Amino acid sequence: MLDKAVVLKLQELVGKENVLTSKVEMLAYSYDATADMPRQMPDVVVMPTSSAMVQQVVDLARAKHLAIYPRGAGSNLSGGTIPYKKGIVLSFQRMNQILEIDPANLTATVQPGVVIAALNAAIAKHGLIYPPDPGTVATATMGGSAAENSGGLRGLKYGVTKNYIMGMEVVLANGNKVRFGGKTVKNVTAYDFSNLFVGSEGTLGITTELTCKLIPAPRFRRTMMGIFSTIEDAGNAVAGIIAAHVIPATLEIMDNMTIRTVEAFANIGLPVEAKALLLCEVDGMSQDLVDTEAEAVIEVLKKNNCEYKAANTDVERDQLWLARRNALPALASLNNTCIVEDATVPRSRITEMLLACEAIAAKYNVTIGTFGHAGDGNLHPTILYDMYDQDLTTRVHMAIDEIFSTALALGGTLSGEHGIGMAKMKYLGDELGQSGLDLMRTIKEALDPDYLLNPGKLVPLQEVLV
Amino acid sequence: MTPVTMTKAGSATQTYHDDLHLVRDEIDKCMKCGNCMAVCPVYSVDKDEMAVTRSKIAVADAVLKGDLSLDDPEVSEMIFNCLVCKSCMTNCPTKVGYDKIVLAFRAALVRKNGLPWLKKMIFSTLKNPKMFDAAMKFGASVQGVAFKGDRKLKAISPRSPFALVGSGIGFDADRKMPALTVTPLRERVEEVVTPPKVKLKVAFFTGDSLNYFYPDAGMDLIEVLTANDIEVHIPKEQSCCGIPVLVHGDTETVRSLARNNIDQMVATGCEYLVTGCGSCGGAWQHDYVDLFAADPVYKAKAEYWAKRTYDISTFLTKVIRFRQPKGQVDAVVTYHDSCHLKKTMKVFAEPREILKSIPGVTLKEMAAPDTCCGSGGSYVVSHYDTSSCLGRNKAQDINQTGADTVSVGCPACMMQLLDNVSRFGKEQKVSHYISLLADSYRKEKEIAH
Repeated sequence: MLDKAVVLKLQELVGKENVLTSKVEMLAYSYDATADMPRQMPDVVVMPTSSAMVQQVVDLARAKHLAIYPRGAGSNLSGGTIPYKKGIVLSFQRMNQILEIDPANLTATVQPGVVIAALNAAIAKHGLIYPPDPGTVATATMGGSAAENSGGLRGLKYGVTKNYIMGMEVVLANGNKVRFGGKTVKNVTAYDFSNLFVGSEGTLGITTELTCKLIPAPRFRRTMMGIFSTIEDAGNAVAGIIAAHVIPATLEIMDNMTIRTVEAFANIGLPVEAKALLLCEVDGMSQDLVDTEAEAVIEVLKKNNCEYKAANTDVERDQLWLARRNALPALASLNNTCIVEDATVPRSRITEMLLACEAIAAKYNVTIGTFGHAGDGNLHPTILYDMYDQDLTTRVHMAIDEIFSTALALGGTLSGEHGIGMAKMKYLGDELGQSGLDLMRTIKEALDPDYLLNPGKLVPLQEVLV
Repeated sequence: MTPVTMTKAGSATQTYHDDLHLVRDEIDKCMKCGNCMAVCPVYSVDKDEMAVTRSKIAVADAVLKGDLSLDDPEVSEMIFNCLVCKSCMTNCPTKVGYDKIVLAFRAALVRKNGLPWLKKMIFSTLKNPKMFDAAMKFGASVQGVAFKGDRKLKAISPRSPFALVGSGIGFDADRKMPALTVTPLRERVEEVVTPPKVKLKVAFFTGDSLNYFYPDAGMDLIEVLTANDIEVHIPKEQSCCGIPVLVHGDTETVRSLARNNIDQMVATGCEYLVTGCGSCGGAWQHDYVDLFAADPVYKAKAEYWAKRTYDISTFLTKVIRFRQPKGQVDAVVTYHDSCHLKKTMKVFAEPREILKSIPGVTLKEMAAPDTCCGSGGSYVVSHYDTSSCLGRNKAQDINQTGADTVSVGCPACMMQLLDNVSRFGKEQKVSHYISLLADSYRKEKEIAH
């Protein structure tokens, strides 16, 4: 139980209405969107509205040895915001102002609580977009997605969050506030701090402001779908599209389990015997260019033994997207627990990874539907099971272990876009080795020697906090 | 995906309104993804996880597991800070039946702690239609003491010193409420209204709001039906649909109201039932079925009427083909999607089709027409600040369209819009969409004469 004096001090710092302490409130902040994770109630939830408030809260937390768990919308899939060591949840839901939109420099400056979709809505009138589009754009915050270095469907062509963060203001564990980067396209002053803090999962500092890059919204697009009777043909089509020097905005794949489940869920007329489905969208600023790319994609699809469809209108495009949009909802409806992984392999190994996921599902007798971003090798093996079935749960955990060891064996990585958090920390050494773990620890302890910030995430915890 | 059956969790005699454990499967369906946050009107104002559906589900789970107690006032407070607008359900990837969870939760709270005395008094009056009717008429005759009238708007506002007392919860002198009417709808018409030619006969479930607050809109609905050769049956003894009671967890009262309503409609001998309110229609289409899922007598009757209940707009456009109106109604209209009409009854295209069919009407869509107006029945009173914020946002969206009329399909939204348009709007007229159609039919008749 938190000292009453600490609560009073926090209320004094951020306002009484921005400090939550009741048991019901603590429960509401004890989890995030990650399945199969332990829950933990914080001691207090604090909702700052300025960076000065954040500094003061950090100073108080350091003096009182309280952990700080920064939180945006709590929509991450790695247990990144669960307050594992109790302490303070620092929620940025109320620090959500768009500070500036600068069309001349193609930048926006925002507070961390701004929701990605809200930023996109605000810049639409300038004909601009902020491209990173994780599945949760309608809820996820800019601060949270920067902390997790979120990706999304457009990653192949447009990159991920780290490619768009140009400048930041960060409050460090020692209470100092630092600002770096800015609106200039070129900036090689000092270390590349943005690339250090973006993706640091709230373990190195607390983001209080971000300046991000915007791009002109593509004016034209064409959407195609291919339905394959073998996974190999689909894999060859992905390779063929890249070999034809087309970089699609979206290149999504879906396996047979996912196709069958989507069809049973939404009845949209997918052939349930198909082994793979590819959804491809090309976009650009001129109709000619987009048409040329679309024709090239269609040629590749034709050569790889598939049934293909091309959308000519927005309504037809929506039809083609239906399957992909329904993938996660359909799979998640199969049982009461749904783990979405994001093991990622080099693009050229996609076929092997998809076949491996099918084999793993059979080996452990578990349900796995795999879909994801074929273009960048970022797959989402999605495991559905009944959490009340102990034996099944054990087999699910063994299957997940094997998914990760397979991804690493294929030259891939543990996480393409969800982050390590608590969920994948035990595998970290498998990818980085001891020297890599030591490097993580060295950086963490240089910036946060007391493990004040998001302890228990990303960097294996040194038991400093009691 | 098949819906979870009410008796699955082991009881053949109870529904989730009687036992919180019966929503276990719905609770387990929630992935905690947080998509509900994107559309929750309460969250859009509060910016606090406590407002969000996933947290309410987590708290229900904790109560079932014994980690939280129903006696905890915080539990009760958070579960009542919800408009039951069901916006979250339209954005839920796994289709969690949150309406079942929140209703089961509130019913469990009432079973445990009883109803607050004020609610108990009001709800017990509702159960006795004659007593309720007398109370409403008494209210109508004395409203002049506490309220001053606005004849043009058919609205009333609190007089001082009542305005002073009520100012904290929005009952200040600027508050506009529909005036209670001395002659309710069901007393203005015969129980059966027969047009010269009869193509079909339907029962009209008026609900209390059309009966007492907006009888003119109710008359318009009857007029539109008769203009389409439909005989209208309006049983005098029908009562409140029960939704206002259901959302406060008073299962016993809502079942009693529902039984009476079903009996009344059976007695008409009609095969169709029409409503002019999304909450009433939703009650007939869904809630009565759920409430009587374990009832040997009323289960079949509730299911019968669920399939035969239509919002008036659906009845006009899908069941019969309504006669195209010819009378000119010069109005720039914007349409607000009432939550229970769109999200429960799935009615949104039909009222627009009707509006577009009226000569002289230009339909101009507002931004996010299906965002909740903040009414939520008694939520306006219990959570005035949040409700008012939502009402103001809605009024601003309406202003942006430049429309001179805002049309709605639900009387509760009409009340909320009346107040907020008068505070933050540009003197737009608030009207039930059916009144615009009735107006066009009337103008057509005038020309013919």
